Amino acid sequence: MLPIVPLGYYLGLSAIIFIIGSIGVMTRRSAIIIFMSIELMLNSVNLAFVSFSSFLGDTTGQIFVFFIMSVAAAESAVGLAIIIALFRNKQTIYVDEVNLMRW
Amino acid sequence: MIIDFIIFGILGTLAIASALVTISTRHPIVSAMSLVLHFFMLAGIYLTLQAQFIAVLQILVYAGAIMVLVIFVIMLLNLSKEEHHTIKVIPVKAMAILFSIGFALELVTIFLTNKPTQNSLSPNALQNGTAEAISKAFFTSYLVPFEAIGLLLLAAIIGAVILAKRRINQ
Repeated sequence: MLPIVPLGYYLGLSAIIFIIGSIGVMTRRSAIIIFMSIELMLNSVNLAFVSFSSFLGDTTGQIFVFFIMSVAAAESAVGLAIIIALFRNKQTIYVDEVNLMRW
Repeated sequence: MIIDFIIFGILGTLAIASALVTISTRHPIVSAMSLVLHFFMLAGIYLTLQAQFIAVLQILVYAGAIMVLVIFVIMLLNLSKEEHHTIKVIPVKAMAILFSIGFALELVTIFLTNKPTQNSLSPNALQNGTAEAISKAFFTSYLVPFEAIGLLLLAAIIGAVILAKRRINQ
């Protein structure tokens, strides 16, 4: 028996999570929270990909999700290394106190 | 079946709630833990979509690897509660709210005006979600991107080590 929750519900959930993530990126000042909000946004896109893939009966969406996951893993390694380097040099991780590249 | 709606409702509500906790709490560690809960809920939603391989990957890669890394960094830097601060840049917050409202309206319009034609899962969704189907696609039509991902991960490892090692003033 196949589930009957329609596609629109999944897409709506994905949209809500994406909006929550974007609000987090734009309103928080701790770099770690911003990083986690970016992960939220990536995951909401993954959800949209998987729901389209399952509803349309095509594997390609799930392959894209795999690529997004590996890019997110690479991004998290580099991003957290940047946060550590930032903390070492500036003793803060609040993005509004870092103005190295502001002119 | 009504049970599908109930399961989806529970998982979706918990996912949204934990996402809200993630962006609103002032303790970084609470934020990280609720993000782990969010990833588990998303894995459950992937299971309702018959995508078993992606659901397992979600738990292994996100809730496992990435969140452990994040929690390590939080503990390494000894981050505590974010102190209260007066909002100095009101235009940025206003822009954030405006952007979010605009984006939400855009999505609502899209969902209301375009009715999806697919009203149930595709009959071969179960076969498409298995590790067998996905790896078949990886090693035939997506072989080059698959190898490129390996290169990307290697570059990321080297970059992370170099970034975390070096000091700027030295």
